[in-house]
Amino acid sequence: MSGIDLAVANLTSPMVLFFVLGFAAALARSDLTVPEAIAKALALYLMLAIGFKGGVEIHKTGIDSRMLGAIGAGALLSAAIPVIGYGLLRLTTRLSAVDAAAVAAHYGSISIVTFVAGTEAVRLAGWPFEGYLVAVAAIMETPAIMVALLLARRAAPDRRGEPVGALLREIGLNGSIVMLIGSFLIGAITGPKGLAMIDPFIGAPFRGILCLFLLDMGLVAGRGLREGGRLLSLPVVAFGLYMPLISAMLAAAFCLVLPLSPGGAALLITLTASASYIAVPAAMRLALPEARPAIYLTLSLAVTFPFNLTIGLPFYLFLAARVAGGA
Amino acid sequence: MDMHSKKRIEIIVEAPAIHRLTAALETAGVKGYSILPVLGGRGSTGSWTRDGLVGGAGQMVMLICITDAGRVEAILADVMRLLSRQIGIVTVGDVSVVRGERF
Repeated sequence: MSGIDLAVANLTSPMVLFFVLGFAAALARSDLTVPEAIAKALALYLMLAIGFKGGVEIHKTGIDSRMLGAIGAGALLSAAIPVIGYGLLRLTTRLSAVDAAAVAAHYGSISIVTFVAGTEAVRLAGWPFEGYLVAVAAIMETPAIMVALLLARRAAPDRRGEPVGALLREIGLNGSIVMLIGSFLIGAITGPKGLAMIDPFIGAPFRGILCLFLLDMGLVAGRGLREGGRLLSLPVVAFGLYMPLISAMLAAAFCLVLPLSPGGAALLITLTASASYIAVPAAMRLALPEARPAIYLTLSLAVTFPFNLTIGLPFYLFLAARVAGGA
Repeated sequence: MDMHSKKRIEIIVEAPAIHRLTAALETAGVKGYSILPVLGGRGSTGSWTRDGLVGGAGQMVMLICITDAGRVEAILADVMRLLSRQIGIVTVGDVSVVRGERF
């Protein structure tokens, strides 16, 4: 598939179009909403489905050095990107050290919804991918947060610090991570037999439910942009657009040495380029409460997520095809 | 009917901080409290709603507890030590309750 074919296939997929519908409806001040409880249930379903399917793949292939290599690379990328992002933000914007550290944490961590959308884009392209990338996604959530805390403490050493152990526990037991890892383990234990038992639940309905969830994400992102967009300066918005590309290039460099398939490389690049808007914002409210959520949440959810979903994904697939040997 | 004068402490706080708040209240000896979701509102950075939100950030919850007037200051000192840097509102009001021994 050429880059243009990938872009057209992505932009005309029902998943992306439902996201655009939600985004446009929110900007137009429509009263369309998805109740919070339903949004949470949809998110749980997606974590269950993606985690379980990843676990089933591990059941088939077993744990090997390729998986450990990808996990190590993911952790390294998650720790390095906040340092780069923090430096760029301090150089190019007027954000305070604490705000810059909080924003940088979001870009080092990952968006599991972008990952799920990435798996669909990879499937649309007809590429298989390694199931253990689900474990890589879970591992990549945390290092960025810890590095960002170190950056914030270095910039403001007199600020009262949160006990790191308690914070780590809260991050590690975040509901979406527990669901993802738990489902992954159940999938790895039960394998194809387990999948056959629940496939009618996590197979065919998956794309429809992803459409509904992305409609909700579009609504939330559009609302965030409407309310918080005026707080973002041009250099901050620019960061939300170029940082994913820098992260993608870094991940692509790792893919040159990692034995990943093009589908797996596309997903590692997507994970690295994505910015968290569920786990990290909650962690930042506890760890760096002085940082302004109107900046980091709006940037991550209303600028970077739509960019990744529409323009980023086809580019990441294009990039993966080059660094992982083509598809 | 006998009525008893008490103080009602009402705290609207960011959802991620609620577990730390309840732990602090329990340590301070508060016997009971109720937690309610806040559907939406408006503040210095604009309006917000909890519709469609998956994560705790961006959501607010309200905690209500009723206590004796003499304990309010000590409880608030513990609460503010925890919440002084968080987004939220703390108010204290006068209420009458029927079963005074419960608070």
